[in-house]
Amino acid sequence: MIEVDNLSKTFKVYHHRKGFFGSFVNLFSRRHRVIRAVDSVSFTVQRGEIVGYLGPNGAGKSTTIKMLTGILVPSSGSVTVNGYVPHRQRKENAKHIGVVFGQRSHLWFDLPVQESFELLQRIYRIPEVQYRDNVEMFDALLNLGDFFQTPVRQLSLGQRMRADIAAALLHNPDVLFLDEPTIGLDVVAKARIREFIQQINAEREVTVVLTTHDLDDVEKLCKRVILIDNARLCFDGKLASLRRLLSTERLLTVDYAEIYPDIGIPKAHVTFQEGARVQYRFSPEEISTADLIGAILQKFKIVDISVEEPDIEELIKTVYEDNLTLERKLAKSIPPDTQAN
Amino acid sequence: MHHLSLYFHFVKLRIRSQMEYRLSFLFELFAQASISVMDFFMIALLFNRFKQLAGWSLWEVGFLYGIVGICFAVAEMVGRGFDVFQRNVVRGGFDTMLVRPLGTFYQVFAHEFLLRRVGRIAQAVVVLLIANSQLTIPWSFAKVGYLFVTLMSGTCFFIGLFVIGATSCFWTVQSIEIINIFTNGGVFMGSYPFSIYRWWFRHFFTFIIPLACVNYFPSLFLLGKVGSSGVSPIGVQLAPFAGFLFLGITMLFWRWGVLRYQSTGH
Repeated sequence: MIEVDNLSKTFKVYHHRKGFFGSFVNLFSRRHRVIRAVDSVSFTVQRGEIVGYLGPNGAGKSTTIKMLTGILVPSSGSVTVNGYVPHRQRKENAKHIGVVFGQRSHLWFDLPVQESFELLQRIYRIPEVQYRDNVEMFDALLNLGDFFQTPVRQLSLGQRMRADIAAALLHNPDVLFLDEPTIGLDVVAKARIREFIQQINAEREVTVVLTTHDLDDVEKLCKRVILIDNARLCFDGKLASLRRLLSTERLLTVDYAEIYPDIGIPKAHVTFQEGARVQYRFSPEEISTADLIGAILQKFKIVDISVEEPDIEELIKTVYEDNLTLERKLAKSIPPDTQAN
Repeated sequence: MHHLSLYFHFVKLRIRSQMEYRLSFLFELFAQASISVMDFFMIALLFNRFKQLAGWSLWEVGFLYGIVGICFAVAEMVGRGFDVFQRNVVRGGFDTMLVRPLGTFYQVFAHEFLLRRVGRIAQAVVVLLIANSQLTIPWSFAKVGYLFVTLMSGTCFFIGLFVIGATSCFWTVQSIEIINIFTNGGVFMGSYPFSIYRWWFRHFFTFIIPLACVNYFPSLFLLGKVGSSGVSPIGVQLAPFAGFLFLGITMLFWRWGVLRYQSTGH
């Protein structure tokens, strides 16, 4: 469905001299440095997969998505989506993909949602029956009816995102690209969008490529993740195996009933203490969460307790700093089915 | 056919959203027409003192003014998408166009339609009609056709200027203000007979930016002033096509700009 081979993108960033004289000099001599936004990235996505394409800000996620959707031309390497080369067969490719950028709407700002949809029906030449069926289905799943007549500029962020995702699917695309689809949304709105993506993927076999910062998104939606950092691919496989491999440390925060003088617990490090609130850092490999909580309960009286998993940024940092060890671990322990291709 | 009907659908939607605020729309329509009436009034005042300008009477100049005014106002009405393209690029709207199964030039063109320019068009048409009634132009079928082609070509010429301005956004993001010198300045310059300008100026606006070809030369022909102007009669008759050619070249420039955008991004 999607084949990316040795894909790279470099940008020239010009050094701008400041001031009037500087801008004059800029016209003639333009010093620049070359930035590699995407560096030799290869992966394949099968039909019907949901893949999380993850990485810190500026890692090259959006640049990759832009090359897959035909917005940008690669500097080297090859891409095919549905058998089309996106930048060379841009219009043909566009008919078979749906694109949603979380930061920006693809709908017409001053038109009601319904008119935007009807315009898309004309643009993509969607047959009337298909259009009506889709609108009906999306309305049932996303409650579009609440704001179908409202101009896009007046929608809340959650409503706008629902409208945008539905709009991207009106023409029954084979691949859906979602760039930060849940950014800035509240918990309920996020859950609703995740469910919708799951359902569409299950019922229509739509391939989904998703970039996100939200680890919950990944956990609920993606069996497979591709990690990219500093323009390079650093992991491609199951989320579960990534987690297992990294054996990242977790944080346990406890509110004690009173302030105890000695709050030490074996195999857990106190990272901070503020009155009766104490935070421990521990590694699940050394002590399981259950054992740790048991040990605490034995010694102290507690009011509240919570465990935090590291977020994606943290995971990626670990992967990146630890790239060599990871590769060694991967070679040893990953069963073949979890690796790409 | 699909593109054409889609275009009219876009226009319909644009007109409807602009009519939403009816009072403000009517007010702007009236304001625009009045401002352009003042424009012509200034020219008329000038003639009150001088009677003639390089052998042109007030109503002959009115004829020039009418043609360039109509072309510019129609171009502003239909070519609005290019005029405000800078806003679109900054907001990332061009990426949206690139993921749609339509050409980018077409999409920018269809994206906007500024109905209130009707006021300005009406004013220019009125000046042209009054000028015509004061002059004795021997109209024939061919001459009416020629006038029509000239108006089309002049509109294309101004749209071409907007396209250059829009394309420059791919480089600078801040659209080059220089283009406004040619668009608004072009209307002002084109309202006077070109023979009053210096030779390098005339040549620049004939061969590089072919403003004279879509206004001054066709008016020479229609007003029967070719003989006294020293311009080649065949050149005058072919002149209007320069507007179409100009738009064609700017479309190539646009294409080049899009390619550059796709390889450099923003």
